[in-house]
Amino acid sequence: MQAFTSVSRLAEGLRQGAYSSVELTRFFLERGRRFGDLNCYISLMEETALAQAEAADKRIGKNDATPITGIPLAHKDIFCTKGTITSCGSRMLENFVAPYDATLVERLNAAGTVTLGKTNMDEFAMGSSNENSYFGPVHNPWHAERVPGGSSGGSAAAVAAGLTPIATGTDTGGSIRQPAAFCGISGLKPTYGRVSRYGMVAFASSLDQGGVFGTSVEDLALLLAFVAGYDPRDSTSSEHVDPWLNAVAKHGVDAFNSSGSSASEGLRIGLPREYFAQLNTGRELLENASRVLEAQGCTLREISLPHTDAAIPAYYIIAGAEASTNLSRYDGVRFGYRCEDPRSLEDLYQRSRSEGFGAEVKRRILTGTYALSVGYFDAYYLKAQKLRRLIRTDFLEAFNTVDLILAPTAPDVAFGLGEMTQDPVAMYQQDLFTIPASLAGLPAMSIPCGLHEGLPIGLQLIGPHFGERTLLETGMLYQRETDWHCQHPGGF
Amino acid sequence: MDGIDIKHLSRLAQLALTETERSAARKDLERIITMVDQMQAIDTDGVEPLAHPLDADQRLRADAVTETVDRDLYQKSAPAIRDGLYLVPRVVE
Repeated sequence: MQAFTSVSRLAEGLRQGAYSSVELTRFFLERGRRFGDLNCYISLMEETALAQAEAADKRIGKNDATPITGIPLAHKDIFCTKGTITSCGSRMLENFVAPYDATLVERLNAAGTVTLGKTNMDEFAMGSSNENSYFGPVHNPWHAERVPGGSSGGSAAAVAAGLTPIATGTDTGGSIRQPAAFCGISGLKPTYGRVSRYGMVAFASSLDQGGVFGTSVEDLALLLAFVAGYDPRDSTSSEHVDPWLNAVAKHGVDAFNSSGSSASEGLRIGLPREYFAQLNTGRELLENASRVLEAQGCTLREISLPHTDAAIPAYYIIAGAEASTNLSRYDGVRFGYRCEDPRSLEDLYQRSRSEGFGAEVKRRILTGTYALSVGYFDAYYLKAQKLRRLIRTDFLEAFNTVDLILAPTAPDVAFGLGEMTQDPVAMYQQDLFTIPASLAGLPAMSIPCGLHEGLPIGLQLIGPHFGERTLLETGMLYQRETDWHCQHPGGF
Repeated sequence: MDGIDIKHLSRLAQLALTETERSAARKDLERIITMVDQMQAIDTDGVEPLAHPLDADQRLRADAVTETVDRDLYQKSAPAIRDGLYLVPRVVE
């Protein structure tokens, strides 16, 4: 049994009886405890994990297994898990026990996976460094004094350190892709609406999208196949049917391999000049990566996404506005934190919210409240929504001439803990390469493409709506030709 | 952007901020709004606002009961309840 083993290989080990799911689960739980200093987990779920593993072993014994039955994984603590605390990284929900499972959790439970625990995150998924967690920052496994990225930093660091083979996350403006890049692993944000938001604590509902982390693109495909799909309980869930993903869910990675990466042959890949112009670190590695794909028969061409610079301003208005609305539900009455000895109803609301929310959450609520307040609505909220359309149109036009977009995931390698906490606007700029695809609702993935002074650099692939197959097949092709995804931080 | 009224905004957002927090929040918000104001320079005349990234309409469902409410279960996470009711400070004397 080894950390950093692919899901298909682990599943093979389970099928052949090389080890049981209980043994596999114990192995990863032990690693979770041993590397507790990374602070990846908010809660480890030892008892329920072992019960799930026992059930999985029975299923495997009865030949009733899916390709992921018995595989341990970790959920970002934004997904509701029935009977266990779902904190969302906040004091507000520190003791909140969800009365139901998120659809994503329910689907994975039904497939027979084992939930090791709930991972650390920026409070309410607001942040790019994991420093906004009420439960303390996560440390980057490649360098303990650096951030793992955010907001799904706990999930990304846990996969990077081999504490779990795979993990779930959510991405509103880059919260899967940027931590995947900083931690040197693969992470996919699917098309908006692909993965149900039911039971996923809401931040910005027109942007929030559940997704997956793994050490390889192959693992992402397998995990996506089980979490994607229409859910009547989420009114923005897409009814798009994907026979390819259904086949992956049924037959696993082997079928996926034999269905071939031929889709990548003759693929036209666009390199957006606005992104590369603002890249600080990793240019050479990204160029090498594009040459690898070129050598595999892809053609490269420069493209322009002219409204790229409008993305960060538009995003912080739209996400702030939606957050201020969504987070109004935290009132200290029905669930969540309540202040001591409230003097009046208003005092109860105000102090519960002020004591329950951290600084960044309050900043975003205030930004959103400003944008939505009388006299500012047209100038900010409507303006941002118009820019959102222009940004989306940029992409749709680009996809008339290219099949995929290749870009950096982040402008730099992982920054130091505490380096940006005093300057929220500088922190926001970290998301400039991930936010545009979020605003446009496009699927996008970050995969490792090299190390700069010992720290990982991420390569971002952006596809057209529901173009996950092309994204994943191209990522698999790249990882067949390179071994960056097989490199892991020392000491784990 | 001139004169962000942080007192008014925090009241709208139901946040109680101390004097120190208010001044820090005002400074942060001024910087955020200055950054955001870059977007005012871009011409958006005649552009339709985009509310849903796939331009989808709100899906409607049949007006039928689909959920059952388990009050006791849901109230397990409530800070203060009695006889199935949520308790708040007295509003009407």
